[in-house]
Amino acid sequence: MNRIDANSGINANSRINDFVIKIATVNGTGSASANTLLMKSIFRSGIPVMGKNYFPSNIQGLPTWYEIRVSRDGYVARSGRTDIMVAMNAETYAKDVKEVAPGGYLIYDSTWPRPALLSREDITVIGVPLARLCNENFNGVRTRILMKNICYAGVLAALLDLDLVKIRELLAETYAKKPQLLDSNMKAIQLGYDYAKELHPQPLPLRVQGMDKTSGHVMIDGNTAAALGCVFAGATVGAWYPITPSTSLMDAFKAFCDRSRVDANGKKNFAFIQAEDELAAIGMVIGAMWNGARAFTATSGPGVSLMSEFLGLAYYAEIPAVLFDVQRVGPSTGMPTRTQQGDILAAAYASHGDTRHVCLYPSNPEECFYMAVQAFDLAERLQTPVMVLSDLDIGMNDWMCRDLKWDDAYRPDRGKVLSRAEIESLEKFHRYVDKDGDGITYRTLPGIHPKGAYFTRGSGHTQYGVYTEDSADYQLVLDRLMKKWATAKKLVPRAVIDATAGADVAIVSLGSCDGAVHEAIDVLKTRGVAIDSMRVRAFPFSEDVERFLAAHRLIFVVEQNRDAQLRSLLTLETDVAKSKLRSLLHYDGLPISSSFIVEGVLAEVKARPKLESRTG
Amino acid sequence: MTFIAKPKVAHPSLPKNALGFTRRDYEGTLSTLCAGCGHDSITAAIIEAAFGLDLKPQNLVKLSGIGCSSKTTAYFVSGGHGFNSVHGRMPSIGMGANAANRELTYIGVSGDGDTLSIGLGQFCHAIRRNLNMLYIIENNGVYGLTKGQFSASADVGSKAKKGEANLQPPVDPVLLALTLGASFVARSFSGDKEQLVPLIQAGLKHRGFALIDVLSPCVTFNDHEGSTKSYAYTREHYEPAVHTDFVPFEREIKVDYKEGEALPVMMHDGSRIILRKLAAGYDPTHRTAAFAQIQEHLQAGEHLTGLLFVEPGQPEFHELNGTPDTALNRIPYEQLSPGPSGLTKILSRYR
Repeated sequence: MNRIDANSGINANSRINDFVIKIATVNGTGSASANTLLMKSIFRSGIPVMGKNYFPSNIQGLPTWYEIRVSRDGYVARSGRTDIMVAMNAETYAKDVKEVAPGGYLIYDSTWPRPALLSREDITVIGVPLARLCNENFNGVRTRILMKNICYAGVLAALLDLDLVKIRELLAETYAKKPQLLDSNMKAIQLGYDYAKELHPQPLPLRVQGMDKTSGHVMIDGNTAAALGCVFAGATVGAWYPITPSTSLMDAFKAFCDRSRVDANGKKNFAFIQAEDELAAIGMVIGAMWNGARAFTATSGPGVSLMSEFLGLAYYAEIPAVLFDVQRVGPSTGMPTRTQQGDILAAAYASHGDTRHVCLYPSNPEECFYMAVQAFDLAERLQTPVMVLSDLDIGMNDWMCRDLKWDDAYRPDRGKVLSRAEIESLEKFHRYVDKDGDGITYRTLPGIHPKGAYFTRGSGHTQYGVYTEDSADYQLVLDRLMKKWATAKKLVPRAVIDATAGADVAIVSLGSCDGAVHEAIDVLKTRGVAIDSMRVRAFPFSEDVERFLAAHRLIFVVEQNRDAQLRSLLTLETDVAKSKLRSLLHYDGLPISSSFIVEGVLAEVKARPKLESRTG
Repeated sequence: MTFIAKPKVAHPSLPKNALGFTRRDYEGTLSTLCAGCGHDSITAAIIEAAFGLDLKPQNLVKLSGIGCSSKTTAYFVSGGHGFNSVHGRMPSIGMGANAANRELTYIGVSGDGDTLSIGLGQFCHAIRRNLNMLYIIENNGVYGLTKGQFSASADVGSKAKKGEANLQPPVDPVLLALTLGASFVARSFSGDKEQLVPLIQAGLKHRGFALIDVLSPCVTFNDHEGSTKSYAYTREHYEPAVHTDFVPFEREIKVDYKEGEALPVMMHDGSRIILRKLAAGYDPTHRTAAFAQIQEHLQAGEHLTGLLFVEPGQPEFHELNGTPDTALNRIPYEQLSPGPSGLTKILSRYR
C-alpha cells in the first residue's frame, strides 16, 4: 500500500484521522452490518481505513470484536493499540476495559450501570443506554437487538464527527429493497446520534475529518478478489468442500458466475461442484485440468493435509491444478476463525516422496486478484499444481486496495498443449520427453487424436509415459522434474525489494505481514534505525532472493507461525547462513501489528551497540 | 514387470466395424495379470463392446484407481487417454474430467478394494451426482497385489487361501447403488461374455452413472475350495435374472422376442435395451422390489445377474448443473471474461 502524505492541514501531533476503535459484541447479534457501515462511511469520507473482524467459530452467542483503524497515513495493518473501545459484551468487559490505551475512551451500554467493572482513572467512560433507547423505540426482540448495534454506530458518528449524510447513503444502498429495514436503521442511527450529541456536544479529539485519499481505491476482501481473479482467468470448474476461512471464495466465484457466465439460453458456462471432502475436491480439479478446463479449489490447512496425496500425483504425473489455501490457525482443527501463516512448509512439500510445489504468497486482496490469474498461467505453463497461500486476515477482512485493473489483451497461457494438427504431424507422441530443454514436456488432451493418447499414472514411468521399475528410466524423469523446477524459478513473481535504506540490516517477510512491516520500517526510521526489506512472493525463490540475503548482515524474518517456517524454507532452499537470520514470530491468531515488529527489531538492535551506532 | 507393446498385425480378413476399425484397434498393451485372471476376460468384453458400438477410440476416456483391476485400463483401447489415479479416488478424477468435457465417453474400472473400502465415499457420491460414466467393479473379494487379504466384498464364512474365515459382513455394491438412487445397476460374471458385452454397451450408452459389478475370480489368491468368489462357486451360485440385448440406434432388432416377455427400454440417443425376465416375477424397473429379490438371493448365497435395475431419464450431472451441450473446455475465453468494463461495474459495488 502506498503511504499517503498527510498534507491536508492536519497537525502531525493531532489524533484526527489517526486512531483505533474496537467494538466488542456477541456474534449472531447483527453487529457486522453496523461495523461495516462505520468502516465504509470513513472510507467514503476519503480517509484510509482498516477493518478487521475477530470472530468465533460459532453461529451465535460467543464474543466477537471488530477493529477499525483510521489511518490518515494509509497504514493497513494493526497498530497494536486501542483508543476507543465500544464494550457491548458484558462477558468480556474486564478484558476490553484493560485494553484501552491511557487517555482513551470507553463506550458502553449504560442501561445496566456497571461502575465497578468499568472504572479506570486514565480513560474517559461514556455510558449510553442503548438497550433502553431501542426498547422504547422498536418492537420485537430481534429488531431491538439488531438496532442496538446501529444505535452505537450513531453514537460513534456523533462523537467522531462522522458524516451522517454518507451513513444515510450507505443505509439507503444496503436496504434499497427492504424499505421497512431502512426506516428502522435510519431511526436507530438518529437515536444514537442525538443522544450522544446531547451528552457530548463537541466531537472527541480523536475524530475524523474528510480527506481525499481513497479515490481510485476499493474496500474488498481477499477471497472475493481471488474469486474475481478466477473468473477473469477463465476458470470454468470450481470444486470444493466447505471450510472456514475459504468458503467465501467459492461463494463469491459462484455469485460472479451466476451474474456473468450464464448464456442467452440460460446455460451456465461453469461447473460448480460441492465435493464430498477435500480429497474429492482436488481430484475433480486435477481431472478437469487434465481434460483441458481451468479448474480450482479453495481450502485451508486441514484440507491441504487431505489433498496431499493427490498433489503428489499431480506433481509427478505433471497435471496443472490451482489451489487457494486460505490459512487459519493450526495445528489440527486449531482456531478456525483466527489467522496464521502456518502452512508454508506443508504446502511447499505436500505429499510423500520427492515433491515440491509452486506457491504464491499474496499480501493483500489486490495481489490475490492478480496472483489468481498468474496461478492458472503458471500451472498450465509448468504442468504442475500451484498453490496460492493467503490467510484469514487477507481472505475475510475488507482491505483498502488500489482499483483492480484488467488488460483486455490478456489471453490464458495454456502451456505446451499439442493441437490436432500438431499431433497428426508427429510420427509418435511421447508424453515426458524434454524436447525444448526447459524441463517442460508436451501434453495432449483427450478426445483430440488417437495418436495423442497416453496413459497418465502416478506409478514409475519412463519419459515415454510407460510403466517402469527401471532405475535409470525412473531417475531420468525425476531429474528432469528438477530442471522444470529451475525453469519455474524464472517464471514465478519476483520478490518485492526495498533497499533504499542501503542498510546491512533487513526484514524478510511474506504475505499479510507486509502492511505491518512497512509501517514498522517507517517507525524504526524515526527511532534512528535504517532497515531494508524484502517480501518473497513465490516458492521456488527467484534469484533476487538469494542475492538480497547475501547482501545483508542481519536479517529479521517476520512471519506468523511458531516454527519459523519461512526461515526454514530459506535455509533449506538458499545458501543463506542460518546464523544471520533472526525470527520475529507472531502466532497468537490475530493479525500481526507494526508495534510487534518495531519492538522485536529494537530489542535485537539495542543489544548490538555497533549496529546502533551505525544506524543511529 | 515391464510394458510390452502388443504387435498390431491386422489380417485383411478381420471383420471391421462401421468406422473401418478391427477388434485389434480396440486393444491395448499386453496384460501383466496372472494367467486365467477374470479381469482379462472383462478387458476382452470391453474391447468387444467398444468395437461393436463403433466408438472412436480417442473419444473413450479410461479411468482407474489402484489395484490389479485398475491396471487393466492400459489393456484396452490404446487410442483413448487413460488415467490411473490414486487409490479409491477415480470417481473424483472422472467427475472433474466429465465436468470439463461432457462430449466424451467415460469408463472407469475399479476393484472391490478400490471401490468398497478406500473409495467407498467417492463411489457413493459419484452415484448421487449421477455422473455420466460406466463404472465397472472387477470384484474378486480379495486384495491381490498385497497378497490375499480379504476385501470388503468378501462373504461371511468365505475362506482365505490359508484357511482363515472372513467374519465381517460384505458391502454389496449392487444393493448400495440401488439405495443411493443409481439409474443403471447390473451384475455379471467375467466368465459370461455373452451377458457382459451387451451390458457394457448399454452401460456406455446410458446417460448417467451405470454400474456393473462383475464377479471376477482371482486365480492366485481366491480360487480355492471354501472361497465364495472362486470360478467354481460363482458358476454354481449365479443366476441370470434378466437377459439383456443392446440395440444401437441405427440397427434393426433382429432377435425375435415373444410378446409380453421382452421389455424394450429406450436410451437417450434412441438406442434400446431389450430386457427379458428370466427369474420368475423379477422386475428390473421396480427399485424396491428388485432390491428385495436381490437381497433374498444374496442371503441364500445366490447372485442374481443381468441388468438388475434401470431408470433412463434421470438427469445426470450436467443436466442438474445446467451446463451447455458444448464441452466447457471448448468455450472461447472471450465468452468467459467479463472484460475491463465488466470489472469496473463489479468494483463499483466495493466503494
